[in-house]
Amino acid sequence: MRKAIWILFLLFCSASALAAGEVHEYRLDNGLKVIVKEDHRAPIVVSQVWYKVGSSYEHRGITGVSHVLEHMMFKGTHKHPPGEFSRIIAANGGRENAFTGQDYTAYFQTLSRDRLEVSFEMEADRMRNLLLPADEFAKEVEVVKEERRLRTEDKPTSLTYERFNAVAYLSSPYRNPVIGWMSDLDNMTVDDLRVWYRRWYAPNNATLVVVGDVEPEAVLALAKKHFGPLKPERIDGAKPVREPEQLGAIRLRVRAPAREPYLLMGYKTPVAGKTAGDWEPYALEMLAAVLDGGASARFARNLVRGREIAVSAGVDYSVFSRLPGMLLVAGSPAKGHTVEELEAALQAELERIKKELVDERELARVRAQVIAAKVYERDSVFYQAMQIGTLETVGLDWRLADEYVERLKAVTAEQVRAVARKYLVDDHLTVAVLEPLPMESKQPVGRSGGERHDG
Amino acid sequence: MVNGLQRVVARFLLPGLVVFGLLPAPAAWAGPKIQTWETANGAKVLFVEAPELPMVDVRLVFDAGSARDGDKPGLARLTAGLLNEGAGDWNADQLAERLENVGARFGAGSARDMAWVSVRTLTDPKALDTALETVAAIIARPRFEAADFNRVRKAMQIGLRRSEQDPGSVASKAFYARVFKGHPYASHPGGTQESLAAMTREDVVAMHKRYYVARNVIVAIVGALGRDQAEEMAGRLTRDLAEGEHAPPLPPVGLPEKGWSKHIPFPSSQSHILAGQPGMRRGDPDYIPLYLGNHILGGSGLVSLLSEEVREKRGLSYSVYSYFQPMRRKGAFVIGAQTKNAQVHEALEVIWSTLQDFITKGPTQEQLTASKQNITGGFPLRIASNKDIVEYLGLIGFYDLPLDYLDTFVDKINAVTAGQIRDAFQRRVHPEKFITIVVGNGQEAPAD
Repeated sequence: MRKAIWILFLLFCSASALAAGEVHEYRLDNGLKVIVKEDHRAPIVVSQVWYKVGSSYEHRGITGVSHVLEHMMFKGTHKHPPGEFSRIIAANGGRENAFTGQDYTAYFQTLSRDRLEVSFEMEADRMRNLLLPADEFAKEVEVVKEERRLRTEDKPTSLTYERFNAVAYLSSPYRNPVIGWMSDLDNMTVDDLRVWYRRWYAPNNATLVVVGDVEPEAVLALAKKHFGPLKPERIDGAKPVREPEQLGAIRLRVRAPAREPYLLMGYKTPVAGKTAGDWEPYALEMLAAVLDGGASARFARNLVRGREIAVSAGVDYSVFSRLPGMLLVAGSPAKGHTVEELEAALQAELERIKKELVDERELARVRAQVIAAKVYERDSVFYQAMQIGTLETVGLDWRLADEYVERLKAVTAEQVRAVARKYLVDDHLTVAVLEPLPMESKQPVGRSGGERHDG
Repeated sequence: MVNGLQRVVARFLLPGLVVFGLLPAPAAWAGPKIQTWETANGAKVLFVEAPELPMVDVRLVFDAGSARDGDKPGLARLTAGLLNEGAGDWNADQLAERLENVGARFGAGSARDMAWVSVRTLTDPKALDTALETVAAIIARPRFEAADFNRVRKAMQIGLRRSEQDPGSVASKAFYARVFKGHPYASHPGGTQESLAAMTREDVVAMHKRYYVARNVIVAIVGALGRDQAEEMAGRLTRDLAEGEHAPPLPPVGLPEKGWSKHIPFPSSQSHILAGQPGMRRGDPDYIPLYLGNHILGGSGLVSLLSEEVREKRGLSYSVYSYFQPMRRKGAFVIGAQTKNAQVHEALEVIWSTLQDFITKGPTQEQLTASKQNITGGFPLRIASNKDIVEYLGLIGFYDLPLDYLDTFVDKINAVTAGQIRDAFQRRVHPEKFITIVVGNGQEAPAD
């Protein structure tokens, strides 16, 4: 967990070295937003295209469609047959990948700075001209099912997390896994993808982020040349969803072949919006860092060392997402301790933070980490582009990355206690426990047909 | 953050290549200017000046990986894991506070060849000073107190149990045990329940005393420092290390006499396949043709031959790859894939015929050109960050690679012919002697 918290920090805390390199923002006539940040340390450039679509836009029956479409984006246009996108990027010395999350789908290439146009030409082409051949789809959806088996079906902790979300949310689309339910993958058709592609893949639903050794005006000219001619689409956006208030704690057990138990607790929480006064998400962020912001934070100090009740314990909270989510607390018991003892110990830490004001030294430590992270993040052009793209695509503003450090630094001990009292309440809690079944069981966990019993 | 949270799903995984995973640096472009010297007590330092950002990265690499475990598997990892649990005047809480209060980031780890400690800090004098002083104590004066020893050992035991619930880890452990049978590389870096239970604090103290010494460490530094400052810094970091001696040479790795396959039943929906043999070492005379050949075969993500045949044409696996893991001695050559249980034979056949075909015919001119373009054109990407560079320095120093390793790589890649690749693969890769491990299909009869 110690290492993992840094992922959290990298993603969000360290947000504001943006001030260090100048950011230029443009919008083309067809609605494409273009954001360019100069970074001249190395002769490279990263180019990312972000679409405002992901699993949280999906409804029942088609879960996973955003992610399968992401795979199919490499399967050809009239100009570039299946697989050619990757071959051309490779032949130009580039690295590429794509990823789908709850709130976004993004495609990126990292290249030597003189190859940016290679990326623009092909990204613009597949933004509007994807072919979606049925035979390619038939193979690719099988690849995605293998991916699901690898990531979820055969990983007991991932399986627990998936079931946890499905039970914790009633109406929020965050209840569905990004990769989709196996049954929906089994029944997906290429027409589902065609509809999804038409609905969301258009310049006015995308953000192009470029960071690296480039001149902003030259990037703009290049973007106009390749993306400028693309036609916009009427984008209706996702329907608003409000998760009903949770009216009592929810508990579930996931019984699967495993060796070690695992505990996952989640409290419903708000996310950052655009209004200046919303300090609560930042106070929750501070709370998360006080508990799990490194080896000197409370969980490591008191539960892993100290009482030696957890072999690992962590907190996860996303201050920037499209819809409200949860503050998660998770862990595995140390040898000789039960998952119940671990839960009680985690609860005691949460109670303490509701009762006592956190120490000024703890706040100072988090501030120092965040200030340093803002320098460290500049070592990666990819990460700088990720920040901009994430903020824009969840419906916020890349400038929030600039503000982030100041907003977090302004959080007081009283505010941390206030959000703890307001949000870490039993009625809004969901608890999942992975209960290990013998590994020697002849019964495989994940039947590839997709039909499985719940824990 | 928390285990098991899958918020983002990517199009493909880059497998393997974690610790030794630094791909040999290709280059159409000169590498960074490396300066090198020895500290007063004999520690070798490699330094690159990077004035752009007010920060410093340090990586201390000891020849103290699990190849040095002897008859106590897990000892090297336990030792590395205990370094920051108390050192000098400070206990674990105080060490963590000192570093985190100045925003420094600390890391430590171990693998088969090496153990390492890393720190990233601001160059602000207070931060830099605190980080140096703390890390110097961590490497030279760890306390190894009994309570910490017991706690970290128990955590490793839990870690072993967790790896038993992961089919990929089960496969990897079985694969290494057999490929390197009789060699120190065979032992699992995480140890065994029994070996950990039998371990004592004295074992850890002895391991530290022998291997955490100046003549057995590489100090890699990248950051906004001048040479004078870097020299002073390297001196302070290593000042309390005994001079000691370099670790003795490891025995050579032999090839298995004949092939061997094993199916390990596991309650999973997929079967995990690992197949391979001992491959090549760092500084191997066939390094360049084998590296380039593997790039074409299974080392270039979705455009590799294996990916094309197994994933793109047939949809059999999400991740299929091959790699050489060059180490002090011959590390593994591995081909890996996962597929649903019912397809495991089909996947194995496709992998097998792709490999045989490649060994027999070698790459086409077109494949060779495409791979060369990828490697040479992508060179600037590999050394774009201080993090990349400090890891390269650690490798170059640890494996005694020439300082112009990065500068000459592109020319060496460009000089390779298809015939040289075919020749190297025919001499070095022997599918009939492969160790093949399949983990999955917990039911005796084929599932699905």
